[in-house]
Amino acid sequence: MNIFVCVKQVPDTETKIVPTADAMFIETSSIKWIMNPYDEFAVEQALLIQAAHTGSTVTVLRVGSSKDTEALRTAMAMGADEAFLVEAQDNLDSYSIAKALKAAIAKSGKNPDIILTGKQAIDDDCLQVPQILATMLDIPSVSVVVGYEGSASEATVKREVEGGALEVYGVKLPALIACNKGINTPRYASLPGIMKAKKKPLTTLSLADVGVSDADRRVKYSNFQLPPEKPPGKKFDATDSTKQAGLVKEVVGLLRTEAKVI
Amino acid sequence: MDFSFTPEQLEIRDLAMKFARNEMMTKAAQFDVLAEMPLDILQQAWSLGLVNTCIPTQFGGNGFSAIDSMIITEALAYGCMGMNTAIMANDLALLPIVIGGSDEQKKRFLTPFTESYKIAAFCLTEPGNGSDAGGLKTSIKEDGDDVVINGNKMWITNAGYADLFVLYGTIDPALKHKGITAVVIEKGTAGIEVGKKEDKMGHRCSDTRAVTFNNVRVPKNNILGGLGKGWSIAMKTLDHSRPMVAASAVGGAQCAYDHCVKYAKERVQFNVPIFNHQAIQFMVAEMAMKIEASRLLVHKAAWLLDNHQSNTQLASYAKAFAADSCMQIATDAVQIYGGYGYSKEYPVEKIMRDAKLIQVYEGTSQIQRLVIAKEIFSRS
Ligand SMILES: Cc1cc2nc3c(=O)[nH]c(=O)nc-3n(C[C@H](O)[C@H](O)[C@H](O)COP(=O)(O)OP(=O)(O)OC[C@H]3O[C@@H](n4cnc5c(N)ncnc54)[C@H](O)[C@@H]3O)c2cc1C
Repeated sequence: MNIFVCVKQVPDTETKIVPTADAMFIETSSIKWIMNPYDEFAVEQALLIQAAHTGSTVTVLRVGSSKDTEALRTAMAMGADEAFLVEAQDNLDSYSIAKALKAAIAKSGKNPDIILTGKQAIDDDCLQVPQILATMLDIPSVSVVVGYEGSASEATVKREVEGGALEVYGVKLPALIACNKGINTPRYASLPGIMKAKKKPLTTLSLADVGVSDADRRVKYSNFQLPPEKPPGKKFDATDSTKQAGLVKEVVGLLRTEAKVI
Repeated sequence: MDFSFTPEQLEIRDLAMKFARNEMMTKAAQFDVLAEMPLDILQQAWSLGLVNTCIPTQFGGNGFSAIDSMIITEALAYGCMGMNTAIMANDLALLPIVIGGSDEQKKRFLTPFTESYKIAAFCLTEPGNGSDAGGLKTSIKEDGDDVVINGNKMWITNAGYADLFVLYGTIDPALKHKGITAVVIEKGTAGIEVGKKEDKMGHRCSDTRAVTFNNVRVPKNNILGGLGKGWSIAMKTLDHSRPMVAASAVGGAQCAYDHCVKYAKERVQFNVPIFNHQAIQFMVAEMAMKIEASRLLVHKAAWLLDNHQSNTQLASYAKAFAADSCMQIATDAVQIYGGYGYSKEYPVEKIMRDAKLIQVYEGTSQIQRLVIAKEIFSRS
């Protein structure tokens, strides 16, 4: 099987995010990049599918800046066979990224049997690239997938819906599967894996190579700001049992007049 | 001059830190209380290539430089200094084979360590000889094609689980250093008697025991480098292992420091987070300086090794400075946490207990100063 995984590089969750001086993006120079945690599930699932179907290859794709190729190198250290990087600034919109990914898949010379992604990237939380890409390729897609069982031509997938219920779908491959936590436990990239990854092919493409230009943008960023600081919460002392009834009334009143949630 | 890590070194560090944070730190307190070897964690560390970093590629190792192994050790000690001791003791025991063994011995003894998780113990210290290791008394006597070993070893890390013991004895105490001989003894050899597990202040999950050798017979081809060649092997081993122990001090200190920076921003006294108090700031600044200086000494000691230059003096600088700094930093960390720091509910109490050992094993902080002074005056 030709297995593809799309990975994004996101700021480490402990990074302090600062907008750039012109507020057009975030300051990236001091960021420590990691692979988007949901994409780790996608890479792991790709490797599990590969192990179940001998002769399969796992190709990882990423659109983003080339300053640090952490996510691709990690995926190859985990076991992926080769990687494609489409070099681009880090503030592309979802549509341009999906278009670039589609073209990069074509450039690989392999017809995808399955494309795996994370359900969302934890930086901009757009949740769009997988669905746009599947639409462009005209293949089915299932997101928030927590269970996968499949052959070389079809799969049964479980997706999580509101309230923790599960939906079960039968999908014909090729399909796009966007993974959620719970689908598997991602392996660590072992040290021998890291050493081996150095020798695996990483092809770099430009946006021009994949036919993406500024005209493809559907979204333009114009003003990055930090969210306002949360006002401190209110505490009510309910230790005195004689005053509890009054307190409940007061809290309900404030929820109505001040917080305006009821 | 270049202080930056290579991309691979960054990846190695990230993997080791991820493992340390997810698998070691989360269980460190539990295994400290249980005082049990965390075999599953050690096994997993081995499967990721984090154990036995000294084994060369020809014998199945990963081909790490000394600097690489310092990066790994620092990260693992960040996760838990005790668990790291169990891991590092393997290197300590295997290094004499890497340094003094023949190719046949390396293949016979090292390669199995790359095929499955095995445990090794380094037996130098005796009940009556610690700092004065050259005065050790365990006897090694030739007998036909074999040698016969008799003596007591003390404070042997990993002893209760060891698949392999690397022992230093003497063919004749009168020969002093020239009589010292290193020999490999495999588990199950008749006459090895392992004592009870020591009840220790720190590194409680690591397994430390006395080991008695009663007429233990091994073939002569288990001797490393020949009879009487043990001392020079031991000294070369220390050139590598002391920076490693120093790296573990850096990891422990960095962990204590990271906890403190976080806590000082959270804990409010006199209506402000305590980091606003200059006394706290000074302690934290001191920690940061000492950690960076220790790390640089470790890396320089390792860099000299990688570049085949003498590093004995630097190795001792690194070991003494990093160990003493780690102790100071861990003590100050408890101070910054106040009463909470004294409780096992918070992580710095354990780090303070663990830090103490780094000033003691692999040559005490006093012995490091003796080594340094000897180097200074023998060269001036
Ligand atoms: C938990 C643990 C694990 C260990 N693991 C191992 C192991 O795996 N293998 C192994 O072989 N050993 C191991 N050791 C032993 C360790 O290396 C020794 O404890 C250490 O070298 C000190 O020796 P000692 O305990 O006999 O102290 P001593 O040598 O008796 O020293 C006592 C004190 O005197 C000081 N002192 C001694 N001589 C001098 C001097 N000339 N000048 C100034 N001060 C001096 C020392 O610095 C120390 O403060 C371990 C020890 C511990 C506690």
